[in-house]
Amino acid sequence: MGPIGENEFFFLMQGLKWTVLLAIVGFIGGGIFGILIALLRTSKTKVARTITAGYIGVFQGTPLLMQLFVVYYGVALLGIEVNAWIAVAIAFTLHASAFLGEIWRGSIEAVPKGQTEAANALGLHYVSRMKDVILPQALKISMPATIGFLVQLIKGTSLAAIVGFIELTRAGQIISNQTYRPLLVFGIVGAIYFIICWPLSHAGSGLEKRMAKAAR
Amino acid sequence: MLNSANHQPTLISLEDVQKWYGAFHALKSISLSVRKGEKIVLCGPSGSGKSTLIRCINALETIEDGKIVVEGQVLDGSTKSVDAIRREVGMVFQSFNLFPHMTVLQNCTLAPMRVRGTSHTDAERLARKYLERVRILDQAEKYPAQLSGGQQQRVAIARALCMEPKVMLFDEPTSALDPEMVKEVLDTMIGLARDGMTMICVTHEMGFARQVADRVIFMASGEIVEEAEPEIFFKSPKHQRTKTFLGEILAHH
Repeated sequence: MGPIGENEFFFLMQGLKWTVLLAIVGFIGGGIFGILIALLRTSKTKVARTITAGYIGVFQGTPLLMQLFVVYYGVALLGIEVNAWIAVAIAFTLHASAFLGEIWRGSIEAVPKGQTEAANALGLHYVSRMKDVILPQALKISMPATIGFLVQLIKGTSLAAIVGFIELTRAGQIISNQTYRPLLVFGIVGAIYFIICWPLSHAGSGLEKRMAKAAR
Repeated sequence: MLNSANHQPTLISLEDVQKWYGAFHALKSISLSVRKGEKIVLCGPSGSGKSTLIRCINALETIEDGKIVVEGQVLDGSTKSVDAIRREVGMVFQSFNLFPHMTVLQNCTLAPMRVRGTSHTDAERLARKYLERVRILDQAEKYPAQLSGGQQQRVAIARALCMEPKVMLFDEPTSALDPEMVKEVLDTMIGLARDGMTMICVTHEMGFARQVADRVIFMASGEIVEEAEPEIFFKSPKHQRTKTFLGEILAHH
């Protein structure tokens, strides 16, 4: 058994950096496309609704691991040379956009119908109706679920290891193999995940309680 | 009656309007014309189509047949005609429908800025003018949830007025209010009527109808059953259904 010293810890921190970056990229990319998905999913056009429903269905109905494989090898098949980082970022963006799109679709539909009617009666167009009236209210409604998904996404980044990406879990595995102290190493790795995810979960449930109170 | 609008031009006309909800015939050959400055009170039992009728005028509901013209603009379902009509028609809802994430002032400035392209400064000036008129300017920086129902409804009236509409539609504006708040909203509406606003009000406030209406229209089962000046309408209703309805509603007042 080898010791876990500064070098090992530094290596884990390197992994953590990629975990956080991957989660941020997935969340931002997924957020941007997710809004688009949510808007199409709630649009008047049936084709748009059907296509986005299919998109959401595919990404919710298959394992994230498989999605990572398909994107990683799929992009290569198209003859485009990409590194693991780009492929994984694309996969997480697609994955997150489907889930966030579905969460936000629900939130948009949860905004009382009277709000759309009032906006229509005032002559507000679609863009203003959405941007000024509906989305701010929908986003507020969606906060607990959105934060919940962010937590899932952070933990889900560990699957990126499968295509050779050295994020926190993979870094832990490497250290564990070098030091033969799997329990200690993965204990540390788990603690790091927990320190990041728990405050988020806590904030999410706090928000949920506050909103339940406000709704009463 | 506050004025005789007989010589004024027609502002709204409905010809043979038909509306279906699936198999349910909600509006049956409705024809109605409203002159500039006229105040119409629409009453009738629930489900009689009175709310549906006014919601068709600003295209919140679509119609299956017939013709609706507002200020010369035929409502043909095109975005252009819908936009043109909504610019001129203000609406007040039973449940206020204020935007809860905006202050009272922001509620009032949004549409003028977005729809009419009014500058922020001008929109605020306009908003303050109408908030003053509904006597609620002192609450301008508050959020709707911080106001009473009566105050919220007055803000909703001010918000609609900020678009400087030619017609105001009221969809049971006092039905969701506690009794002690009904008066402040009715007083605001009476004030508007005095200033010559063209109004169509769906309401069961018969005192308001007596005081303000040029015409009272009674609807039942999607049809206009009777229409008369308030004096005649209340004293000598012709149809049995009107008599029954008036008997029921006046018993509560």
